[in-house]
Amino acid sequence: MYNSLIITNNIHSWVVSWMPAAVTGITEMIMIALAYLTLFAVLGLFLVLMERKVAAWFQLRIGPNRVGFFGMFQTIADALKLLSKELTGTDKADKFLYNLAPYFLIISSLMALAVFPFSQNLQAFDINIGIFFLIAISSIGVIGILLGGWSSNNKFALIGAMRSGVQTISYELSVGLSLLTMILLTGSLQLSEIIEVQKSGWLIVQGHIPAVIAFMIYMIAGTAETNRAPFDMVEAESELGAGFHTEYSGMKFAYFFLAEFINMFIIAAIGTTVFFGGWLSPFGITESIPWLGVFWFFLKAFALVFLMMWFRWTFPRLRVDQLLTLEWKYLLPINLFNIVLMAIIVWLNFTIQF
Amino acid sequence: MSYFSDIYHGIRTLLTGMGVTGKYFLHSRKGAITQQYPDNRDTLKMFERFRGEVVMPHDENNEHSCTGCQKCEIACPNGSIEIIWDRQVDPETGKKKKLIDKHIYHLGMCTQCGLCIDACPSDAIKWAQNFENAVYDRSQLTRVLNRPGSKVRAGVEE
Repeated sequence: MYNSLIITNNIHSWVVSWMPAAVTGITEMIMIALAYLTLFAVLGLFLVLMERKVAAWFQLRIGPNRVGFFGMFQTIADALKLLSKELTGTDKADKFLYNLAPYFLIISSLMALAVFPFSQNLQAFDINIGIFFLIAISSIGVIGILLGGWSSNNKFALIGAMRSGVQTISYELSVGLSLLTMILLTGSLQLSEIIEVQKSGWLIVQGHIPAVIAFMIYMIAGTAETNRAPFDMVEAESELGAGFHTEYSGMKFAYFFLAEFINMFIIAAIGTTVFFGGWLSPFGITESIPWLGVFWFFLKAFALVFLMMWFRWTFPRLRVDQLLTLEWKYLLPINLFNIVLMAIIVWLNFTIQF
Repeated sequence: MSYFSDIYHGIRTLLTGMGVTGKYFLHSRKGAITQQYPDNRDTLKMFERFRGEVVMPHDENNEHSCTGCQKCEIACPNGSIEIIWDRQVDPETGKKKKLIDKHIYHLGMCTQCGLCIDACPSDAIKWAQNFENAVYDRSQLTRVLNRPGSKVRAGVEE
């Protein structure tokens, strides 16, 4: 929470200067929470706009360009529309769980967002089991999906939720194992420590062949874990209406929608931190300006987000059995073999370091 | 060993697909097919094969090439075309001849199937490319295709 960045230091000393010591901690926590909520909302809206623009460009369309400059305020207008809409529900829905479900998704993705180092020391919570925490938190989100599908008393929602369970539980394995492959290189689960290691070359360069394989597996499994096309069994529009959030409307629907995009960003951010050096600039060109780390972090993360959008608008959808075949017959064995390969490379010191 | 060749082929075909879509992505700025319609009303040019409504082209002498054979009227499956014709004496040859009085086209009933245009032996009617056909009253959708005072072009009937 205590940073070396000048702006956060200034805020800290300003808060300390006029407040009794007993409440400064809580005040700063609230400020950080508000900052993250703002980041969450802005990121979500921006990612939705980016998705629509990128989709349009892939399909030789123009995309939203009416509201504001180049359609900048399109998603804000959409969010306002969703805010003003009626919250409906089915008759025999389990009202408590039905209302609870969106918050599971929102809170799990917010918690995951909290541990990323956006720049040198610009990190809300530098937990020493960072990667483990991220993997654990990202699997809580699926409970929200399962609850939402189960409690809305709709067969399509239920089928969608069950598919989500199958998919997320299978692919978490690959995400975890591919990240574990990289942990062999860093020797630490702490995210700031992982970035410290990458000052002598990004991990995808350090670990060369097994790192590239791990990255490919990570991107495939990560796309599957966010339930995006080509793995969108959960919201299969052609089969299940809107899947698990068929019965949700208004702001509760918007929560699901936002959380889906934030999850995509989280997958990209983990990929950035573990494979591409987080906030480190390429070849250390802006080493002396710490706040530019934020720029590099978001640049890399959005590049990975773009990669996932590219997947979505290129590949055909998988059937459920093909989905599970891909995971259990291909990704998992390759992954296990890859870990052994990485272990040998680390053991014999075959890593590339600058 | 089909396991490994499957992986190889899978990755190769996926990358080929990404290459294709990537090319589209990079060319989207120039090649966007979206027409921003009300804005580009002045410059928008419809495609040659677009079926707007049936029109009868007239040349500068106010002559058309409809002989009043009624093949279009018979070909039309939903009776959008009515031809009011008359037998008159041709002043040049002195023979009696079939001449159209009004070629009536009901746009409101037309399904743009194009059978009348296929059936026409003298290419008297063709498709127009306009598409802004909204009117305030249904009666305005009934159009008389031949202009007042027009006559059939000489030599069409041979």
